[in-house]
Amino acid sequence: MNPITHKPKSLVDISTHYCPGCGHSVVHRLIGEVIDELGIQNRTVIVAPVGCAVFADKYFDCDSIQGPHGRGPAIATGIKRAKPDSIVFSYQGDGDLASIGMAEIIHAAARGEKITVIFINNAIYGMTGGQMAPTTLVGQPATTCPKGRNPDLQGYPINVSEMLSQLKSPKYIERVSVDSAPNVIKAKKAIKKAFQNQVDNVGFSFVEVLSICPTNWGVEPIKALDFLREKMMPQYPLGVFKDEGKTQEGK
Amino acid sequence: MPKIEVDEMRCKGCKLCTKACPKQCIEMSDTFSKTGYYPAKLAKQDCCIGCAMCYTVCPDLAITVYK
Ligand SMILES: Cc1ncc(C[n+]2csc(CCOP(=O)(O)OP(=O)(O)O)c2C)c(N)n1
Ligand code: SF4
Ligand code: SF4
Ligand code: SF4
Repeated sequence: MNPITHKPKSLVDISTHYCPGCGHSVVHRLIGEVIDELGIQNRTVIVAPVGCAVFADKYFDCDSIQGPHGRGPAIATGIKRAKPDSIVFSYQGDGDLASIGMAEIIHAAARGEKITVIFINNAIYGMTGGQMAPTTLVGQPATTCPKGRNPDLQGYPINVSEMLSQLKSPKYIERVSVDSAPNVIKAKKAIKKAFQNQVDNVGFSFVEVLSICPTNWGVEPIKALDFLREKMMPQYPLGVFKDEGKTQEGK
Repeated sequence: MPKIEVDEMRCKGCKLCTKACPKQCIEMSDTFSKTGYYPAKLAKQDCCIGCAMCYTVCPDLAITVYK
């Protein structure tokens, strides 16, 4: 009997600091598998965020840099422009990307930087203990809105993928989820496309991943999956918002 | 017969694999691992079909599937 599953070579073989069930860990594995399959480990650079994934650079066996809060897309821009043969990806949470880093992501997308962005939407600030994020759902409690997000006071959630899709430059934008095995498989396909696009020099590629934060949602991981499906998915529908890679390839 | 092995040093007892297994082959141990979690384990030896759904959802690369 032989093993049919294998740890990705581009991940360092250590246990992570993430909480039990955390979606970050699943997405790390998917990115690791994609880096292996595309054979790009020796030219990949991860730009790690501020947030629970602040140590992501320690888990990927590739070049790395950990940036100031929200500035990942700007750092990735610099690396990619200075070393165009490198495969640069910015890995960011929703506090990092959609609060303090909103300017960086919008302008990197608008400039059409030829980078890959993996955006983990868990509807909360994980690392700092569960404050409201721009992606927190209406009615969802957080430490800074203990009675639930109230649109009169805090406005409505921001749908980042839809918003970036209004820009002309981005080539590929998709929202996926890691709530079930079939969706994890789809998420991997999307991540692979976002990296393949960079290998093919297509242009700005962005994958939003709906993810769970059982710790700060205050539920066990299996219940957190139900919350993701029942509450997050209606606000954040899965799907492809932009895919212009083929037109570019055909040129 | 396919089977899984759970690395108790990696498993964080999140139970996501128990939910993902189409044959309900996985249950949680009732004793702590060295890392302080109740790790997952294969409940019955002849249950597993080697589909790797458990591996697919496991956040911690704790499962190896054999076929
Ligand atoms: C300049 C600056 N402002 C604020 C913080 C505090 N801070 C650390 S992580 C974080 C938000 C993290 O949330 P998110 O990006 O959603 O990532 P998660 O932890 O949920 O993965 C904040 C506000 C900081 N480290 N630096
Ligand atoms: S606090 Fe939330 S996002 Fe951070 S590691 Fe724990 S579960 Fe994951
Ligand atoms: S490989 Fe499939 S059948 Fe076997 S334990 Fe995992 S999910 Fe269950
Ligand atoms: S999914 Fe992985 S970490 Fe979670 S209980 Fe199962 S084997 Fe353990």
